[in-house]
Amino acid sequence: MKMSNRQGFVSMNSNQLKNQHLLWRAGFGPAADQVYHIRHLTPKKLFRLILRSANNDPVPFDVATLSLNALVMEKGDNGFPKRGELSPEEKKNFRRQSVLDIKTLNLHWLQEMMDGEAQLREKMALFWHGHFASKTVNIFYDQALLNIIRQHALGNFRDLLFKVSKSASMIRFLNNNQNKKDHPNENFARELMELFTMGRGNYTEHDVKESARAFTGWGTTLQGAFEFRKRQHDDDGKTFLGKTGNLSGEDVLDILLSKKQTAVFITRKIYRFFVNDQADESRVNALAEDFYQNKYDILKLMVAIFSSDWFYDEKNIGTHIKSPVEWLVGIRRQLPQDFENPDVQILIQRLLGQVLFNPPNVAGWPGGKRWIDSSSLMLRLRIPQIMYASDAILMRPKDDDDLMMGMKDRATGANRQSGPMERMEAQQSSAKNRAGQIIRTKIHWETFLDHFRDSSDEDLLANIQELLLQSNTSMAEAGMKKYLDQSSRNTMIQSAAIRFMSTPEYQLC
Amino acid sequence: MLIKRRTFLQLGSLATSSFLIPNFLKAFEGKGNLTAGSNVLVILQLSGGNDGLNTVIPVRNDIYYRERPKLGIEKEKALLLTEEAGLHPELTFFKTLYEEGNLAILNEVGYPNPDRSHFRSMDIWQTASNSNEYKSTGWLGRWLDAQCAHCDKPTQALEIDDMLSLALSGDQMKGIALRDPGRLYNASQDPFFKQILQSGNAHPAGDSSSYLYQVMAETLSGADYIFEQSKIHAGNMVYPNTEIGKSFKTISSLICSDINTRVYYLSLGSFDTHVNQEERQQKLFSEMNEAIKAFTSDLKSNHRFNEVLLMTFSEFGRRVAQNASGGTDHGTANNMFLISGGLKKAGLLNGMPDLANLSEGDLQYNLDFKNVYATVLNKWLGADDRKILGNKFDYLDFV
Repeated sequence: MKMSNRQGFVSMNSNQLKNQHLLWRAGFGPAADQVYHIRHLTPKKLFRLILRSANNDPVPFDVATLSLNALVMEKGDNGFPKRGELSPEEKKNFRRQSVLDIKTLNLHWLQEMMDGEAQLREKMALFWHGHFASKTVNIFYDQALLNIIRQHALGNFRDLLFKVSKSASMIRFLNNNQNKKDHPNENFARELMELFTMGRGNYTEHDVKESARAFTGWGTTLQGAFEFRKRQHDDDGKTFLGKTGNLSGEDVLDILLSKKQTAVFITRKIYRFFVNDQADESRVNALAEDFYQNKYDILKLMVAIFSSDWFYDEKNIGTHIKSPVEWLVGIRRQLPQDFENPDVQILIQRLLGQVLFNPPNVAGWPGGKRWIDSSSLMLRLRIPQIMYASDAILMRPKDDDDLMMGMKDRATGANRQSGPMERMEAQQSSAKNRAGQIIRTKIHWETFLDHFRDSSDEDLLANIQELLLQSNTSMAEAGMKKYLDQSSRNTMIQSAAIRFMSTPEYQLC
Repeated sequence: MLIKRRTFLQLGSLATSSFLIPNFLKAFEGKGNLTAGSNVLVILQLSGGNDGLNTVIPVRNDIYYRERPKLGIEKEKALLLTEEAGLHPELTFFKTLYEEGNLAILNEVGYPNPDRSHFRSMDIWQTASNSNEYKSTGWLGRWLDAQCAHCDKPTQALEIDDMLSLALSGDQMKGIALRDPGRLYNASQDPFFKQILQSGNAHPAGDSSSYLYQVMAETLSGADYIFEQSKIHAGNMVYPNTEIGKSFKTISSLICSDINTRVYYLSLGSFDTHVNQEERQQKLFSEMNEAIKAFTSDLKSNHRFNEVLLMTFSEFGRRVAQNASGGTDHGTANNMFLISGGLKKAGLLNGMPDLANLSEGDLQYNLDFKNVYATVLNKWLGADDRKILGNKFDYLDFV
């Protein structure tokens, strides 16, 4: 017997469900102050508003601390071309401060996702952040790559691909600065084809070798500016995907874009991220055809997706497992709140397996069911209650040796030294760990409560559920009531919101 | 707090009455699932890149002492195994194991085109991928997938940690991570969670929602089951009061119970010794040595040592030459320890590393770690290693 997902949504007005679907997929979910729109607009009109808000140019992030700016940016004035010209001590300090600055960048971007107007752009940027996954532990490079991605998120894929390929972050992450005429390094060329454009099975090892030669000499300055090192570039003829000539790196990128497979590969990945983890190949192919004909116009592709009828098919609603970032930002949009210690959001990202600027590898986050195991699910079910009660997270994340470089990790108390002082410190920090990190937050309930002013007592729970869940649960009435604080209407609404957020269904959108 | 077995059975029957819960809970209602004689694998991950050359020391190699004027461990201090090889001075119990024939050592284990990033190299070891491919499932996760096509037992693989490693994450099945059975149990006792499971909806099989319910049901029932089992055999062996000591105590109490767990996973670190290596490695090795000593004695007195294989690995070894800060930088190939009462071959299985033929200052691997995995999967766990690893790797003969 197959039961409909929608059964049990007693009063769910279908525009509301569709609007919420749109807001979750084309952004980070409905915000507390969007409820009027959700209830009263058609999805078409709402999408027009979403598009209009995503129209302006993003303000680039600039969070690097002054000391780093002085250290790196000003060194360039007299032509310090390479990172190697920082002394070992400077390098160490640079790295240490970079780790901290990248945390700041992480929190800034989260904030933008949470209350920025341009929801679609930031969501698209999160997609590209996983697609062009890179990690350099250099605040300038990571920040510049993010700014490129946000600038071109809804622009043209060719521009994006060219800018990313020439970014210091990608060039260094994939070792293209070591790609020289006499010693080609194939790392960038291989990932470019496998992960960024066509996907496996559409090129040969020979194509990898030849294109790596085309990218020889592509490097960057210490400050991150692209630099073509002519003497390291291999000028001889190359044959790549059937084209022969004295090919440059730019030529290789254009040849890849000339292949329809690139449009198909990118479109399928977008479809899986924004529509359904199970790609519908006929739809993907039709969208890809237009994407290709429209010369890789990303915005047109997204408009085609979000304006289609099939986007609202039942199988596409409430079936996507939220990534940790979608989930965390989504909660904050629905329940606006101030964290006393905003860093706790980075701990949450670590424990749930998605830290911005720290993808697992160049393939990005695999997503879908991979987000969920016993520990991550139980923590997701607990956190809304922890937020509500200012309780502690009793879990410790795994060490990240790439970031810590043998330094002590304050979040884990790891890498303890063994002198008496350090031992004492370690004991204290492990005692702290046992106590856990407390999420002290003030939830601003006013707007949320206000949405239910007109709900009758009978409809109240169903109305809260409609706003929070995109797939049905039969918890609603009988089961749920036992767990609610019924001392007043407000506490009942609050505790119900928290409980609905603590269900498996809330993990889906 | 005393929890009766009844508590768990209640959840079991509660859950089976609901048609969304797979049939695995039924399995718990019977007696133990691990048939006598089933082999158990314990994996100890040395996180951060343990310096293998100061672990199994090439005491007769001039290059070693030349490259490590300060960090090199003198022959007189090393615990000699052979004329050529000595163990780090803290690993006293490992020497005992060696003498008993219960320790095998593999040197120069690695993989082609080594990666020197911690995360990436750990990824490669945990997913058993080549260095130019990206797998999103771990090798033990794929073992779970293969083992449990219609599986009924979510506790086949456990990690002693708050977070689950990629190694134990499969496509359909995943291991369960727990720091401590009592804590997992307490966290799972929220009646609201049980209410959710009880009244959970009907979901078409295979969709995201049913997957979430499955993981939730497995976690809650697993938590009860693990907690029950951990108390059956509390044991009176005294373990060191360190985190790794407690973890091994938990593992031992479960191995000696009726639980169906075949694989345990835990880690120790950080071994990322760019600075002050001597102190750090000494301290970590001392913890490891004492914990494994207690663990082994515990297993021996319970007659389980022959059926348990403990394997250590690290994501990479370290550069042959010391650096200027009293440490070593990221390297490549490394050694692995294999400890069991059931080894078919013990001792130094493949000689000492070749320090004369380095690649950019690093050891070259001469044994792919996937050969070790294939051996363990096939000959110890009786699994289809080719399916799990996606390729054929020759077996070694230590088990």
